[in-house]
Amino acid sequence: MQVDLSLIVPEMAMAVLGLTVLILGLIVPKESRHGLGWFTALALLGVMGLVLAGWNNTGSLYGDLYVVDQFSQFFKITFLAAAFLVVLGSMRFVDKHLGGQSEYYSTLLFATLGMMVMASANDFMTMYLGLELMTIAFIILVCFRRTESKSLESGMKYVLLAGMSSAVLLYGLSLVYGITGTVVINEVGQALALRGPLPILMLGVVMLVAGLGFKISAVPFHMWSPDIYEGAPTPVTAFLAVGSKAASFAILIRIFVVGMFGISLNWELLLAILAAVTIIVGNLVAIPQTNIKRMLAYSSIAQAGYILVGLVTASQEGVKGVLFYAFLYVFATVGAFTVASYFYNVTGSDEIRDYAGLAQRSPLMAAVMVVAMLSMAGIPPLAGFVGKFYLFMTIVEDYLWLAFIGLVMSMVSVYYYLRVALVMYRDEPLDGTPIAVSAPVTVTLLVAMAVTLFLGIYPGPVSEVVNTAAHSFFMH
Amino acid sequence: MSGFPVLTTILLAPVAAAVIMTFIPREEGKLIKCVAAVGTFVSMALSLYVYFSYDTALGGLQFAEKIPWIKDLGVSWFLAVDGISLPMLLLTNLIGFSAVFASWNVDNRPREFFILLCLLITGVMGTFVAHDLFIFLLFYEVVVIPIYILVIIWGSSKRVSKEYAGMKLTIYLLIGSAFLLVGIIAFFVKSAGILGGPDMSFTALAEAGKQLSAFDQTWLFALMLFGFGSLVSMWPFHSWSPDGYAGAPTAVSMIHAGVLKKIGGYGLVKIALYFLPLGAKFWAPYMAVLGVAGVTYAAFAALAQKDLKYIVGYSSVSHMGYVMLAIGSFNVIGINGAVANMFAHGVMAALFFSTIGFIYEKTHTRWIPDLGGLARQTPRLAVAFMLAALASLGLPGLISFIPEFTIFIAAFKVYGGLAVIGIAGIILTALYALRAGANTLFGPPREDYDHLKDIRGPEMVPLVVLGTALVAGGILPSLLFDMVNSGAVPLMTHVENVLKIGGVM
Repeated sequence: MQVDLSLIVPEMAMAVLGLTVLILGLIVPKESRHGLGWFTALALLGVMGLVLAGWNNTGSLYGDLYVVDQFSQFFKITFLAAAFLVVLGSMRFVDKHLGGQSEYYSTLLFATLGMMVMASANDFMTMYLGLELMTIAFIILVCFRRTESKSLESGMKYVLLAGMSSAVLLYGLSLVYGITGTVVINEVGQALALRGPLPILMLGVVMLVAGLGFKISAVPFHMWSPDIYEGAPTPVTAFLAVGSKAASFAILIRIFVVGMFGISLNWELLLAILAAVTIIVGNLVAIPQTNIKRMLAYSSIAQAGYILVGLVTASQEGVKGVLFYAFLYVFATVGAFTVASYFYNVTGSDEIRDYAGLAQRSPLMAAVMVVAMLSMAGIPPLAGFVGKFYLFMTIVEDYLWLAFIGLVMSMVSVYYYLRVALVMYRDEPLDGTPIAVSAPVTVTLLVAMAVTLFLGIYPGPVSEVVNTAAHSFFMH
Repeated sequence: MSGFPVLTTILLAPVAAAVIMTFIPREEGKLIKCVAAVGTFVSMALSLYVYFSYDTALGGLQFAEKIPWIKDLGVSWFLAVDGISLPMLLLTNLIGFSAVFASWNVDNRPREFFILLCLLITGVMGTFVAHDLFIFLLFYEVVVIPIYILVIIWGSSKRVSKEYAGMKLTIYLLIGSAFLLVGIIAFFVKSAGILGGPDMSFTALAEAGKQLSAFDQTWLFALMLFGFGSLVSMWPFHSWSPDGYAGAPTAVSMIHAGVLKKIGGYGLVKIALYFLPLGAKFWAPYMAVLGVAGVTYAAFAALAQKDLKYIVGYSSVSHMGYVMLAIGSFNVIGINGAVANMFAHGVMAALFFSTIGFIYEKTHTRWIPDLGGLARQTPRLAVAFMLAALASLGLPGLISFIPEFTIFIAAFKVYGGLAVIGIAGIILTALYALRAGANTLFGPPREDYDHLKDIRGPEMVPLVVLGTALVAGGILPSLLFDMVNSGAVPLMTHVENVLKIGGVM
């Protein structure tokens, strides 16, 4: 069997890149290491170009263990875009607070590689490999501020909880394997279509949901995320909220929509309830938060609930909704976290009340924050509105109650988002000095805002791409 | 069809003004105001042109522009006007242009103020010219954010704080729109099944709506009624309205009471009723009852107020009750009356709020017991106030007499006794409107106010523009009614056709 290695050129490039950055860190003198950030950002753009160039180059490798289809390509682009924005947005932060540029950027690249593997993995083993590569990289990143106890505490929590969730996930996978006798997801799907639901299989399904629910921080497996989001360095938090979640959705979709398609009637309601609870709890608990990172953490829990909605019907439209929403979620979330991170850089505070008068100190930062938050709330003409439209379209026939919960709660979320807007726009700043935003951060902020607006006003082109991706997913 | 996209130009002129303003240094207050005035003037002039060159004999959609937008949702950038949307478009621009001048004295962060105001005006216009449900929705919610920011920064805290008022305004409308969205998404999915593919244009959706079962139409209409009803301040979902207007700055009160809440009435007619005739038939009596309840309840509430803004706030709830009664009467005359009354009330409420704004600016109070005798010191302001007050009570010769009369004819035919209760609301309206006028403008002049300067220069614009509309609409009602009628007749013909078929299904 001929192995077509051209399919995995982007992954190979990422691995090489990660090592290169490590080596460069040894060669380059300390004072010019901040250039590594620019190098990494440009290289990420290059890898994105590779993925785009291979958009129509699809197929599978190693006896279906690794599948490259437009679905996975789209997710890879999403991860790379997220990584690109995070790197650009975090340069100043890394130079000022973290140090160890080469380790930071190379770990970040390996986390991205893990995500890319997850998007393409078509068997449980490869999937788990990708997942662990990503998770271990994140553990390092979370406790990157070695001198700060909060960061270390988060790292510790993340190790323990991620380990536990991996155990649950593995147990679930082994149960599924025990029944179907295969780890390749297509074959699992064929075996289950013949066999139907068994009690032991359903136990496996529940464990899979729990294990992956941890990764996407769905309620009730969300407890870790506010603590860790708060303690981790803010750029890492952004990447954790975006990349880790999107990648976990990629495998969640592959396991459930391909592997468990035959028994979809048995898990649809489970996911619907999970989505509803996640949306409700995430939004309600976000209301009393006073720390911007904790608030964004809870709101990103709610966002995961919305994305789950697209999985409920196990349909092409649903997958399309997930892809579209995951894509726009990247830009909105990175935008919001970059503002938070830069604000922390300047003022050393994450408290919402310290955002007073930000609109006068830096109109750009305030505007990006508001645009990002309102997109998450689904207010037109921002991307979130179209995204929610796609997601809720799929469930309105069979799960009308979920549509009610989702849309009413998203209006509730406007309440806490607007409170931040209130502080930023109405209040007079205590310290009126203007905040000068550095060039790379300006780029991140402008890209995040432009994409969020553009996707909301003219979603046509992206929705067609997403359509192709979702379609390719149902081809095999 | 001329190639020039006149509706898009109308829509984008204020946006262009807003973009230009972002480049003007914030100290140049005068220049910023002039740019805003020019932007809104272009829109107003063009919409006057469209209004008077619309062919009412031909009717139907005119000045249409259609560009495919989102293929897989069947969305197109489809703008068009008919006899129902055109008066609302004109109203928006009359009020928008006046609102710029009513805010001529805003000196606290003027750049942000006028940018948000221009965006707000565009958002409102967009809902009236969109002939595509998705584009309509885009504009429908876009207005919420500028309003919120305008209220919390430039609003005033009296009985309720401006933060409370802004949040109440926002949350009420958003919760309503959440239910509306569920209804619209469900309707869209069903319609795509019927039409064999997604299509968001109003015309296609109305065709699809015909074929929905009575049960589906009923529950979908209920959702839309809740959504649009809370925007039009239908009793008992009205409580945001007086508080919100009291907290908002003058320009926002003018636009909100004048046109924004009309989007609710417009949506009920042009979307809910048009798409779901069987549902409308079922809910019509309830709408009428809620309408009359709103008329009387809000009129009594207005009687008890001493703050001028609260009086006009409750009065606008009361007038919207007439609109609900008119839609509930479910015939051509009723729809004519509803749309015409929305136009009439819009002009009048905007004039009222701008006048109150000036009074407050000059005397620093809106509390009636502290006012009195202003007619002596500020005669032109008094003229504006009395014009609005007399229009509010439906004086013949001013714009709102004929629409209200039409509504009573329509409602009396269908509901009899209920309509009589509604008509009785007029007496209460006369009572509070005249009493407010008497206590504010007449009586012995107060020495404290001797130094007040009457409105002049740019401040006169709202009085001139809106006052002209008030009088012209009263003397030449055909200007308004020919237009509205050319939109209402085809709409109700469609509805009646569906009802005939609906009996079979």
